[in-house]
This record gives sequence, C-alpha cells and structure tokens, in this order.
Amino acid sequence: MFAKIHYYLKSFLFLELLKGMSVTGRYFFRKKFTIQYPEEKTPISPRFRGLHALRRYANGEERCIACKLCEAVCPALAITIESEQRADGTRRTTRYDIDLFKCIYCGFCEEACPVDSIVETNIFEYHFENRGENIMTKEKLLEIGDRYEAQLAADRSADAPYR
Amino acid sequence: MDFVNSTLEWLSQYIHEYLLFTIYSGVKALVILVPLFIVVAYYTYAERKVIGYMQIRKGPNRVGPKGLLQPFADMFKLMFKEIIVPTNSNKYLFIIAPVITFAPAMAAWAVIPFNDTLVFSDINAGLLYILAMTSVGVYGVIIAGWASNSKYALLGAMRSAAQIVAYEIAMGFALVGVLMVGGSLNLGDIVNKQAGGIGHWFFIPLLPLFFVYLISGVAETNRAPFDVAEGESEIVAGFHVEYSGMTFAVFFLAEYANMILIAMLCSLLFFGGWLSPVPGLLGDSVGWLFGKTAVFMLLFLWFRATFPRYRYDQIMRLGWKVLLPVTIVWLFVEGLAVYFKVGPWFV
Repeated sequence: MFAKIHYYLKSFLFLELLKGMSVTGRYFFRKKFTIQYPEEKTPISPRFRGLHALRRYANGEERCIACKLCEAVCPALAITIESEQRADGTRRTTRYDIDLFKCIYCGFCEEACPVDSIVETNIFEYHFENRGENIMTKEKLLEIGDRYEAQLAADRSADAPYR
Repeated sequence: MDFVNSTLEWLSQYIHEYLLFTIYSGVKALVILVPLFIVVAYYTYAERKVIGYMQIRKGPNRVGPKGLLQPFADMFKLMFKEIIVPTNSNKYLFIIAPVITFAPAMAAWAVIPFNDTLVFSDINAGLLYILAMTSVGVYGVIIAGWASNSKYALLGAMRSAAQIVAYEIAMGFALVGVLMVGGSLNLGDIVNKQAGGIGHWFFIPLLPLFFVYLISGVAETNRAPFDVAEGESEIVAGFHVEYSGMTFAVFFLAEYANMILIAMLCSLLFFGGWLSPVPGLLGDSVGWLFGKTAVFMLLFLWFRATFPRYRYDQIMRLGWKVLLPVTIVWLFVEGLAVYFKVGPWFV
C-alpha cells in the first residue's frame, strides 16, 4: 500500500524525469571535449600504424634484404616482392609493392622484419586521386622513409624500452 | 496603426476594396510568416547546438562565425537536391502530402495574438480553430506514409495516426480546462483574463492540465521522446523515408513551426502571454511573450537531449490511461472551483 503511494507520488511529481533533465542541464555547462580536427589534433602514439615506409641505413644503403618474411606474414596478402642478386653479391628487391586497399594496417610486416626495414609511419592523412595510386611501389616507400627518417627513428627509440 | 490606416485609406482611392483587402492580408501574413521562417531556421541551429552542448560537444561551428550560417547552408543544400518520387507511389498525393502538413502549421498562426491589438485575425473561436488546424496537419503525415508505397513509411504513418488520436483527446480536455477559467475561445480574451501578475496566471489552478498539455504537445509534434512516427532506429525515418530535397524540408519546416506554435500556446494559455509577471514594476510587452515562448522552445530541445524514446505501447498507455483520467479528474475539481468561485481565477 505504502509502496504503491510512493510509486504514484514519484511518477506524478516527475522526480526521475527531473533528475534526468538536471543531468543534461549540468552537462550543458561542462567543458566540451570536441577536437577541431584539421586545426587541432590528438597526440599520436609512437606505436601508431599508418602509411608504410621502407627505411635505409645511415650510409644510404636500403635495409631490405628481400627475405620475404613480411610477404609471408601478411594476413591480407597485400605485399608482393621480387628479388635478384646484385653485382656485389647481396640480395635486394627489384619490386616491393604494398596494395593499400588490401592492407589492414595490422603491423605484422613491421614485427616480422629482421632489419627494421618496412615500418608503419604515423601518417594517417593521405588520399588517392587516380586508379593505381593505392599500390605503394618500392620507390614511393623509400621516398617516404627518407623524408620521415628522423620521426621514424625517434618513434622506434621511444618504444624500444617496452619491446 | 494610424499610419497603416491612413495608408489604406489613401490606397483605396486607387484599388478596389476587395483587392486591397487581399493585398493587405497577404502583407500581414508575410509579416508573421517571414520572421517565423527565420525563427524556424535558427531553431534547427539552436537544436543542434543545445543537444551538442548537452552531449559535451560543440555542435555546428564551421559555416560562418560560430556556425551561425549553418541553417542557410542546410536550406540551400536541400533546395538543390533532387526530389525523388518512388516508382508505384501515388505521385499526386506524394507531392501534396508535405503541403497538407505545412499549410495548417502556418495557418494556425493566424489567430495567435502578440499583444492586445497585434493579431492577424481576432476571431472568437480562436482556440477551436487552432485545435482544428493542428489536427489537419496529421493528415499530411498519414497521406505521406500511404502515398510513399513503402513499408516503413506506412508503419510510421500508422503509429503517428494512433498517437495523435490518443493525445488530441488529452490535449482537447486540457484546453477545455483553460476555457472553463478563461470563459472564452478567443485567445486574446483568455490572456487578458490572466491580468494581475504571476498569481493570476492560469498555470496555478491548472497545473496538472498544463503538464498534460505540454506532454501531449510534445507528442502532437512527433518530437522525442514521442517520435515513434519517425523512429529512426526502428523504421528508418518513418513517414518521410521516401522524401528528399525540398519536400523533406517542408515536413521539417512544418514540424518546427508546430513546435514553436505549441510553445507559444503554452505561454499564452497558461503563462499570461504578453502580460508581465509583476505588473507594478515591469510593463506588459510582446517581449514577455517571446521570452516565455523561448523557454518552452528550449524545453522541447532539453527533452530531446534527455529522454529515450517511449515504446509504442507505453505511449498508448500514457495517453489513454494516465493523461486522460488526469484531465477528467482535474476538470471535475475545476468545476467545483468554478462553482465555489475560488481564488483570483474563477471569479
């Protein structure tokens, strides 16, 4: 009996509705969390997995030795590698393609690489304007690696203690 | 007003009386409707901003300073979009339906008084006219749902029809309560009856009826938490799934105009319209009416930001088994109050 009266009082006085409205009313004056994207950006982890790159050693020699571990580990079959023996007797790639439409950005290629050659940069804003641009060729990958080498090295060394 | 009358007299020398009347009415209608459109445009902006703020977001802020040109961007986008008429739909009804929703939403504004003299058409059955006009609007929704030849649209239309029938009755009874105190169907008379400060306003003796009216007003305009006719999580967009471009915009215009109308009626019928709460200190003015209306308009947005959608059967339960009995009980109480001439309201 008392419970029933209590129930009727509660619903006819809109107590719970008012409680809900007071919550949204308070949130109205809260500090907003919105990040104004092109002008503001969230901090990026050194482990971020974005666009790919091929790195070089300090002497300018490309790191990739065409072991094809990345090609083997790639779950999306996005990597295609062809290789040959160079005049100095070392094995190097003649072709190193990553299809960005197939790639799922899992980072396994980077994990598999014994010489830290293929890496994923923190570049996440890129687009294609023509067909075929989704295929990252060896030249394009090396160019990205050259351009962002400082950033890549810094990210790798920042993450090194946790590996 | 003198200026208007002298201008009319001067014009009547050159133009036939009837034609002059038509032109004059047209101009008067524009004077009400153009500001109404602007308010509707910025009401959509305010809705997105307020709901955004309540969800700790910033809301639209890209088009113009603070996003103030957003409504115009939306408007132009909708104007240039193609109006797609579905195959096997009833084309004539499909096109007419938004107009049927839109026209009554605008027509209802004819009897809204802004102060003692400022009213488009001061008819005696004003309240009845408003009830009639807001009821006609639902035919547009039903016809839209049927003419679209789409399952979701038909479901939305059916829900809307049932919901509006249920809440129209509660709303009508709430207004009967206002009639009993006000003693008139003329909106201006009802407001003038509330003269004498905040204590004389009708929301005090009619508090339950006011809440019933507000709730059924939200339900009548198909707004959250009673937006099952739209119900985007269940039936995509309800009655207007198949509408695009300007036809869609017209539905939206009507919905927002109706919301503003309900907000304004709340302030006219229960909160003394343009009357000042403390007549000795502050004078009566249209500003009071607009201020009170703005508060109720904000409430609509606040409700939407707060409450989850009612389940369909719960809506029916609330309408028939809660609101209706409450109004009937309160009409009886009010009858007693009228008989015993209670307080400053029933004399």
